Amino acid sequence: MSGIALALRQVRYENRAFWRNPIAAFFTFFFPLMFMIIFNVLFGGTSGLGGGLRVADFYTPGVIVLGVITATYTNIAMMVTAARDLGILKRMRGTPLPPWAFMAGRIVHAVLLSFLLVVIVAVFGSVFYSVRLPWDRLPALVLTLAIGAGSFCALGLAIAGLVPNADSAPAIVQFSVLPLNFISNVFVDMRDAPSWINTVSELFPIRHFADAMLGIWNPLPSGNGFAWADLGVMAAWGVAGVLVAVRYFTWEPRA
Amino acid sequence: MTAANGAAGGDVAIEVRGLRKSYGSLEAVRGIDLRVERGEIFAMLGPNGAGKTTTVEILEGYRSRSAGEVRVLGHDPARRERDLMSRMGIVLQQSGVQQYLTVREVVSMYAGYYPHPRDVDEVIALVGLADAADRRILQLSGGQHRRVDVALALAGDPELLFLDEPTTGFDPSARRQAWETVRSLAGLGKTVFLTTHFMDEAQTLANRVAIIARGQIVATGSPNTLGARGSQATIIRFSLPSGVVPPEALGIKPMQGGAWRVETEGPTRVLHELTGWAVAAGVELVGLEVSRPSLEDVYLALTSEEAEEGAA
Repeated sequence: MSGIALALRQVRYENRAFWRNPIAAFFTFFFPLMFMIIFNVLFGGTSGLGGGLRVADFYTPGVIVLGVITATYTNIAMMVTAARDLGILKRMRGTPLPPWAFMAGRIVHAVLLSFLLVVIVAVFGSVFYSVRLPWDRLPALVLTLAIGAGSFCALGLAIAGLVPNADSAPAIVQFSVLPLNFISNVFVDMRDAPSWINTVSELFPIRHFADAMLGIWNPLPSGNGFAWADLGVMAAWGVAGVLVAVRYFTWEPRA
Repeated sequence: MTAANGAAGGDVAIEVRGLRKSYGSLEAVRGIDLRVERGEIFAMLGPNGAGKTTTVEILEGYRSRSAGEVRVLGHDPARRERDLMSRMGIVLQQSGVQQYLTVREVVSMYAGYYPHPRDVDEVIALVGLADAADRRILQLSGGQHRRVDVALALAGDPELLFLDEPTTGFDPSARRQAWETVRSLAGLGKTVFLTTHFMDEAQTLANRVAIIARGQIVATGSPNTLGARGSQATIIRFSLPSGVVPPEALGIKPMQGGAWRVETEGPTRVLHELTGWAVAAGVELVGLEVSRPSLEDVYLALTSEEAEEGAA
């Protein structure tokens, strides 16, 4: 079997294992929808946020970003460190399966989950909060999602290389994501925030992912939705993630 | 396997010369030579920390070596070539499996990595997991986990199987079953390289045993000829009251607690002179015992001498 066929076969097994793991499936799919409901109820989904943007139009891309980061960065960092601690990675390394095919299987699966998540959140927003679906910006949506999901997968592998063991993974992963979610147009509209905190958040990839997504879902401005500058920053973070992962990733449990 | 595969490595499955491995200033393997023929069950026997796992993990391609020549099925394992990885099966000392998949799913997942896998249900039956085939890994007992380890190593129908302490933590009946499985593998023409710290395991399973202590091989041979067991060496043991010393010419060495012990190839003469001396001196040789050394004696003697040497 070719490496690519092996990687695709790996996706099937990853998928089967994913849906049988109640915790992963719950956090990846139920959590974003729960946040979507909470924010829309708290702030009134159809009320204005200023600038012609409604609450639901803001939180739909926000929740997509939240969910995609969980499906890629968080899940990969947690599952890979757990698999390393359990010796699953070491066992894999003792087979003829090319290491890249194993990783590719995991990454492709995470990207597929991200696309499924977008569909679910979009349908949910459209049905309950009459969010306008960005059919005219579909190419931008697909590209933004692919670059975002891919970059956060790479960052997940990078952090898995840096995290000492599976016990410390949740804390480190949450610490690296949660504060940024509050200052990156995911949980909170940053238009009225002090400029210095906007500057800080713009150093990190979550802000650029959220801004690119917001541009696609915002019904008001015209344009094709391609936020090239944001995509460039995300891709740069993705490349950095690949470099760190290549440098620090190990297949064996760390003593 | 096929003639083509056989030709790639000749009749030798594993050949090691002058193997060394250091971790910083610690030298875990200090110059090992080994030769494992195809189709044999070879056991590396030694106490914990002797360098067994380091050696086997170098042979498996997990670890680099500091010095020496290593050939496994004609390949250098450090290069981890796919052809070599396809022809060997590895049972690590400790390794996990995807917990949410069933036994059948993981075996078929691993079988798919190999060019000529064995039939999945056949493998599951061979390790005695037919009744648990549809159970998730999560739900298995410790012993069943170990069988999954063996099943995954067999899934690709390997020519060479590595078993690193395969029965540690097993109850006696599970060990017997595991031994049966290993024997049946040899019956299929597989080469088996196992490490163990159980003497009976090496003795019952292996065609050849190498005893390793402090990173060196201290003896190699069949379980029957290992150390002094093949020669005429006989052990004579007895105790004397403190202060009483047998004639020096007999070469009898003091052990703990007033015990004395000698290993000799001429037991008749030694016994004659010893008992003659005892009768003349009026001392009793308490608990006098004459025996052939067991594998355990050989093992303990070799590994403890080695330990003293290392500590000195």
